[in-house]
Amino acid sequence: MNHKKNLNLFYTLLGLTFVCTILNLPVKLSLFNRTFYRPDFNFKLGSLNIKPNTDLRYGLDLAGGASLIYNVDTSTAKSSDLSSALESLKLNIERRINLFGVSESNVQLSKQGNDHRLIVELPGVSNIDDAIKLIGQTASLKFMGIANLPPEATATATFNDVFKDTGLNGSHLVKALPVPNPNTGAMEVSLEFNEAGAKLFEKATKEYLNKRIAILLDDQVITSPTVSSVIPDGMAVINGSFDTKSAKSLSAQLNAGALPLSIKLMSQSQVGASLGKDSIDKGVRAGLVGLGLVALFMIGNYGYLGFISVVSLLIYGLLTLTIYRIIPVTLTFPGLVGFILSIGMAVDSNILIFERMKEELRAGKPWNLAMELGFGKAWDSIKDANTCTIITGLILFNPFNWQFLNSSGMLRGFAVTLLLGIVIGIFTGVVVTRNLLRVLASRKKI
Amino acid sequence: MNIMKFRPLFFLVSSFMLLVSVFSIIKWNFSFSEDFTGGSTYELKLPNTKDDSVIKKIFSDNKLNIRSFQKSNNIYTIKFVDITQDQKLKLDELFKKADKDSEILQFTSVGPSLGQELIRKTIYAVILSSISLLLFIGIKFSDFSFGGGAVLAMFHDSFILIGAFSLFGHFFGAQLDALFVTALLTTLSASVHDTVVTFDRIRELKRKHASLPWVELANQAVSEVIVRSINNSMTIIFMLLALVILGGSTTRWFATALLVGVICGTYSSTGVAIPLVLLFKRKNSLK
Repeated sequence: MNHKKNLNLFYTLLGLTFVCTILNLPVKLSLFNRTFYRPDFNFKLGSLNIKPNTDLRYGLDLAGGASLIYNVDTSTAKSSDLSSALESLKLNIERRINLFGVSESNVQLSKQGNDHRLIVELPGVSNIDDAIKLIGQTASLKFMGIANLPPEATATATFNDVFKDTGLNGSHLVKALPVPNPNTGAMEVSLEFNEAGAKLFEKATKEYLNKRIAILLDDQVITSPTVSSVIPDGMAVINGSFDTKSAKSLSAQLNAGALPLSIKLMSQSQVGASLGKDSIDKGVRAGLVGLGLVALFMIGNYGYLGFISVVSLLIYGLLTLTIYRIIPVTLTFPGLVGFILSIGMAVDSNILIFERMKEELRAGKPWNLAMELGFGKAWDSIKDANTCTIITGLILFNPFNWQFLNSSGMLRGFAVTLLLGIVIGIFTGVVVTRNLLRVLASRKKI
Repeated sequence: MNIMKFRPLFFLVSSFMLLVSVFSIIKWNFSFSEDFTGGSTYELKLPNTKDDSVIKKIFSDNKLNIRSFQKSNNIYTIKFVDITQDQKLKLDELFKKADKDSEILQFTSVGPSLGQELIRKTIYAVILSSISLLLFIGIKFSDFSFGGGAVLAMFHDSFILIGAFSLFGHFFGAQLDALFVTALLTTLSASVHDTVVTFDRIRELKRKHASLPWVELANQAVSEVIVRSINNSMTIIFMLLALVILGGSTTRWFATALLVGVICGTYSSTGVAIPLVLLFKRKNSLK
């Protein structure tokens, strides 16, 4: 009965290892003149999109890219408006970066005492200086009439053929607000222009009545509402299919024709892509050499037991890499060090157990009993010892984003791989090794 | 195995290492990286440059004081004060002019206020870790002798690691940076990790043989766990050594710091924590 349970677990682990192995294969593999593709494992669990197939994510230091820290000048903002000004600043910067085409950028606000910081991370960008320029520049808000071109001209039309400047721009806008329509309750964005703006707007709405006016931010069309009537009072409403969120974000963008708060670059770190690739290669080579040494050491010291622990160590490696993909963990170089270090630590539980087993064998216990006792007695030590590392790991990771602790990506990258390493290491060191021993060794040694 | 008879030797070794640390910190202080002090670092590849003075001249022409200048295989690492983005763009242009194939591998510039912040955060992190580990040990071993021994051993290790980096800084140019802080915190936990395993064993033996004196219990416990302790450290040391030798310059000192921490932690559980427990126990029994 018990044996059957062990066998079931054994086959489950075997299956798990197989799946993990496949997930960690390269996407495309050329072998014997044939190309194999990795099967797709992505699936949906309820509303969760689980994508174990995603590639490992590399941080700035490995992928190349830039991390920029700006100081936000809050002296111009009233304290009551500050949080909305900061939010709109963040939205603006995000929009500018998206214009730049960075897929996994990260913009983050952080408060240090009375200082506000804006942290921008741009992985995989090669022309960082251009990005810095784009982020810091003043955005331009323009209102442009859309000319109705004859269909045969559309193919060859240039920007200036389609968009006709109305002379109205961001400097004329007093403010934009998200408001619900008094009749329908649908969200709209209201615009208020100053006097000069009101005149220009009246003229534009006359000219483009029943045509469309495009609103461009940094030469990108945000919206192009149709003019339904001539508007003389400088008040306008953009309606469309807005929800509360999109109406808020559009008005924030409009308000920020110029950045709502000025920012100053106080720190930057740029890593060229070639350096990152070199770091990965070196880290992987060091990891493999270290793993080889550990394997030799374990087999040399514990023979058959050592071999089993190396097998579970390999399962550990595959499992960890798979979990990095699923979560996903952004791998930084310190993170890579954490992973490599955790390989060394993962065998710790096995060493504890094997030493206990040796003691029990010396005391004259039969092999099977010695093994079970070894696992049982070592468990307390394994638990206590790892608690310490978990405590420190949590302080480094700073899960609650405490302002007085560090939240830099470098330290977190290390902490997260170390923490995962400990938890997965206990699982493979105890559950997997014990199961392998029970199934593979029990009958042989009776 | 009567390991505890070597207590005077352990005492000498630990005192010696602590004294060297104190001496080095007072005499040579530390070499702080720009993470702490603020400043800029260029890592440049200049494949056609034969004469270093051309590069140095670019900095002096712009009135930028070079703090350190290193070169290996046409890759230059230059550290200097922190600069604005405009100044940086100007330098980039000048490098391009001096060497048309110049490539910027890495550039960092940290404002001085950020450095202050990192120091503050580091101190908080170390305090928080120490308190948490102290609490853990306090709950785990309600006995003061054990708690005190483990915590003092932990401070012993971290102090030696800090001292070692003062020495490495003076002789080999190692710098204290954000990663060193990480290594320091990892050392705190590694030190306690190892000590807890040994202490667990002493308590287990005490339950079995309540009448035996502490020294004998300690000897037996150490001889039972020392193989595990050394073997486990060996596996971690293999991994770290591989990183130090093969891992490239970016994390060489990080891995070195972890290596020093792990070795200290292994030594201190036997060489510091247990002798201290025995000392506390003897004082108690005299009362």
